[in-house]
Amino acid sequence: MATSTRPRPRGGLDQDRGDQYRDWLRQMLLIRRFEEKAGEAYSLGKIGGFCHLYIGQEAVAVGSLAALQPGDYITCSYREHGHALARGMSARAVMAELFGKAPGCSKGKGGSMHLFDASLGFLGGHGIVGGHIPLATGMAFAAKYRNTEQVAVCYFGEAAVNNGAFHEALNMAALWKLPCIYICENNRYGMGTALERASAIYDISERACSYDMANEVVDGQDVLIMHAAMERAVQRARSDKHPTLLEVRTYRFMGHSMSDPIHGHYRTKEEVEDQRKRDPIAVWSQRLVAEGLMEEAAVKALDKEVLQEVNDAYQFADEAPDPEPGELWADVYAEGPVDE
Amino acid sequence: MPTLTYRDALNQALREEMQRDPDVFLMGEEVGVYQGAYKVSRGLLDEFGPMRVVDTPITELGFAGVGVGAAMVGLRPVIEFMTWNFALLAIDQLVNSAAKMRYMSGGQVGMPAVFRGPGGAALQLGAQHSQAFESYYAHIPGLKVVMPATPADAKGLLKSAIRDDNPVVFIEGEMLYNLKGDVPDGEHLVPLGQAEVKRPGGHATVICHSKTVAVALKAAEQLAGEGIEAEVVDLRTIRPLDTETILASVTKTNRCVVAEEGWPFAGVGAQVVDTIQREAFDALDAPILRVTGADVPMPYNKVLERAAKVDPAKVAAAVKQVLYLE
Amino acid sequence: MATNVVMEALSPTMEEGRLVEWKKQEGEAVAVGDVIAEVETDKAVMELVARAGGTLLKQVVTAGATVPVSQLVAVIGEPGEAVSASAAPAPKASATPAPDAQSSQPSPDRNRSESMPPAPAAPQASEPAGRPRAPGPTATPGGNGQPAPSGGRVKASPLAKRMAADRGIDLAGISGSGPEGRVVARDLAQAGARQTAAPGAARAPAPSPALAGVTGPAYTDTPLTQIRKTIAKRLSQSIGPIPTFYLTTEVDMERAWEAREALLESAKGTEGAPKVSFNDLIIKATALALRQHPACNAWWQDDRIRYWNEVHISMAVAIEDGLITPVIRHADRKSLRDISAEARDLAGRARERRLAPEEYTGGTFSISNLGMLDIDEFTAVINPPEAGILAIGRIVPKPVAHDGAVQLRRRMRITMSCDHRVIDGATGARFLQTLTGMLENPLRMVY
Repeated sequence: MATSTRPRPRGGLDQDRGDQYRDWLRQMLLIRRFEEKAGEAYSLGKIGGFCHLYIGQEAVAVGSLAALQPGDYITCSYREHGHALARGMSARAVMAELFGKAPGCSKGKGGSMHLFDASLGFLGGHGIVGGHIPLATGMAFAAKYRNTEQVAVCYFGEAAVNNGAFHEALNMAALWKLPCIYICENNRYGMGTALERASAIYDISERACSYDMANEVVDGQDVLIMHAAMERAVQRARSDKHPTLLEVRTYRFMGHSMSDPIHGHYRTKEEVEDQRKRDPIAVWSQRLVAEGLMEEAAVKALDKEVLQEVNDAYQFADEAPDPEPGELWADVYAEGPVDE
Repeated sequence: MPTLTYRDALNQALREEMQRDPDVFLMGEEVGVYQGAYKVSRGLLDEFGPMRVVDTPITELGFAGVGVGAAMVGLRPVIEFMTWNFALLAIDQLVNSAAKMRYMSGGQVGMPAVFRGPGGAALQLGAQHSQAFESYYAHIPGLKVVMPATPADAKGLLKSAIRDDNPVVFIEGEMLYNLKGDVPDGEHLVPLGQAEVKRPGGHATVICHSKTVAVALKAAEQLAGEGIEAEVVDLRTIRPLDTETILASVTKTNRCVVAEEGWPFAGVGAQVVDTIQREAFDALDAPILRVTGADVPMPYNKVLERAAKVDPAKVAAAVKQVLYLE
Repeated sequence: MATNVVMEALSPTMEEGRLVEWKKQEGEAVAVGDVIAEVETDKAVMELVARAGGTLLKQVVTAGATVPVSQLVAVIGEPGEAVSASAAPAPKASATPAPDAQSSQPSPDRNRSESMPPAPAAPQASEPAGRPRAPGPTATPGGNGQPAPSGGRVKASPLAKRMAADRGIDLAGISGSGPEGRVVARDLAQAGARQTAAPGAARAPAPSPALAGVTGPAYTDTPLTQIRKTIAKRLSQSIGPIPTFYLTTEVDMERAWEAREALLESAKGTEGAPKVSFNDLIIKATALALRQHPACNAWWQDDRIRYWNEVHISMAVAIEDGLITPVIRHADRKSLRDISAEARDLAGRARERRLAPEEYTGGTFSISNLGMLDIDEFTAVINPPEAGILAIGRIVPKPVAHDGAVQLRRRMRITMSCDHRVIDGATGARFLQTLTGMLENPLRMVY
């Protein structure tokens, strides 16, 4: 049974958490400016291959990751730049990886779709739709095996829920009662296919019935709502060792990837513009200002600061060296580089 | 030295490694309550409990992924596929996740997982249940592929595979489980990547693995009666290949036959032949010949199935051919 | 239209059947389901039933014949219908069997012109005389036993090419026993035993009159005895492919020196008289000594030893980029004059790389002389498949004990390398004793 959207906490924002709330804005701004810069870099040929931008969905990553602990595990799809930054990876490390350079977080060998930072529990960055969902189940299994308080979180798009891996992974998580949180970022379009054309059921959260799993539909464009929903899921996982499926309704303002159109056959320009009116960053910054937690000027200054950080990351990545030729042969096996 | 079946040797290896390292767990269909579809995991549930011997639903992709995820955060899963025919469903996890995790993450994330189960044909199981897929996995950089032919090697190689920090594809054989042999007690470890000369000889080299080893040894016995001494080299590990042992043997005998259960096109034997022709060209007195399973889906009929399989007569004939005796 | 009746698999495991008795005769009417014949299978006597109606036109096999499953046994059709001859499967082409190696063959020299037709294309029913075989194989249908056409590409296995290069053998002169005439390792092993066909015949030096009329087998193959097998096996393990040991002896060359001086003196002024060198003398003496010690005049052949009844001395000649060993054939029977002339001629042509393959293959024993390069002694490498080689040092005056006093006498050191699988220590030593005796007392050569 789908649980309806929880209402916005009444009575305004908690003034004691101003620092945290401002930090959320900062994180979202960082992701936004970073992704815009990455788009620019891609057009200039500095980023190659695929580049999937998170613009418009920032509140989901920021709000949900804010509810986690350092020891928790995170796996994402290939649209994970935002999650990487929100989890605490530096803009430099991420940009350098997008540029394929040696100081990139994956030594330049992963690229946009394979960002990793094991020290932060950020375990990729995966390219096969749905393929990483069982991995998260496995990490939750490990937490239970070791009897720790850790939770595993898995981010994927709504198109992945039709994939066999989704079904198998959620079934086992519910069957074995694993501390796993499955976050479906429903941005309504799997590349060029609207949800209605791919999915027999529109309400993705309803699929949780198949596994008798707790679930919620969440307004992903509101960072506070996102955070609250995540806290409930985390609590359920940590204490009760029960998994949750969160259907987070969000929207991406750019195309599926840099190679795909923003609008056209699959969605109208008007729809995009309409959605942009409810830009999660604008919504949140306006709220902070309205509730007296931040000055207008401070918001602008923050934006400038973030831009500077992003530009610095860009320059860093641009000037960074390529990996050594020997890196080609390294990290295939645990023993060390293979023979050429 | 104790005599064990191949099955019990595997069981012993699993038990010893699970006792030794609390991070090792077994997961797969029927491994627990049922005691294992082929009884390889007999008694393990009782000894180690349901957290360490985990029965799964029929969901190869899912539980292979669970194993991969668990290995990513430092556990040492042994994922059992009831047969490698079914593991095709999980191949995305093996190829796109397990094999690549270390590389894609720039060395940050390890993958100390073992994926094991029986491969190849048994008797009249038909086209979908009789396939030898080692070359599929041997093709992927990042994976290791191990195939023991004897009970002693089964124990020694499984122990080593579990301790190896890389993802290991460990292919057994339904027809091998009842095979009896001497198995050293205790810490018997066979290194990965090391072939073994199972029978020395000076006239021709026969390179083989898994079930084909017994076939080759039988052929060698027959040939010995005719004064032909074949040297039988058991690869034991398909990837990484022990080129040193292979080349030493062929350089000594000057002629080679490569025998395997699987299909010929792009099979393991093709790789072995390439290695030899490239590195030992001048030692060859004859072209290298391959003896493989017939290039057809496995038929059900008993006679046809036999004709499709590698047998001692085919191996012996090939050896005579490379000796220019016919 | 005629219907073929074939031997049917009347039991699941049947592979052939014996047609015990015909139940229908030629010309008899046959209905579908009638029993045509009784067939004995691997399990029982079964009935062969007609699957078509008509007249039994032909019984293709006779009663009592054993026929593989699926082979034609009869034809049923309309009376008067022609039964095509090709209805019966063509009999399988039988591979031409090769004769086993003969242990006694007339000398290749003698028979070459008579028994060797020029290069026919089809596989020969009889192999060239004297061609031995490696461990009992039969000839592959592909190998036609002919040498590669001159100027054409020689097909040879990589190993054979390497072996040929190592031994200075020209592949063009070797006939290949592999598919499509591929030269393979075992062909190299036999290279010296065979003579090439007609083209080479004219080049061999004409046998001198002294040799005419000498008949008898060229060699005797002796299978390995247990003791030889054991020695071979154990010694091979310790040293390498050829278990070699070395015998050194010092020869007093005073008398030989005097004899040669006298000969040269007497021949001085004679037209065209060649100068006999010490090497010529050593060749002659060695050849004669080998006649008395045939155990040293042999080839190792993996599973047998070939004791040659003829003596052909391989003479090591240094050439620009290496070494080649032209062979003085029947050195035991040739005069010093002939040996001298031949040695000079062969050495000269060797240096000019104008030797024919049959001129540098087929030796039974080797001599290598580095005396002219001031070497006192050295050990030479055995020339497989030969079993022995002499390394000759320089002749140099030395103070030695002689007749109870210390005198300066001309001495020469010889080192013999022996393949222990063929020659034992005492055997080699005795040969050297004989040789030394001949060199120290030249008249012993004709004694």
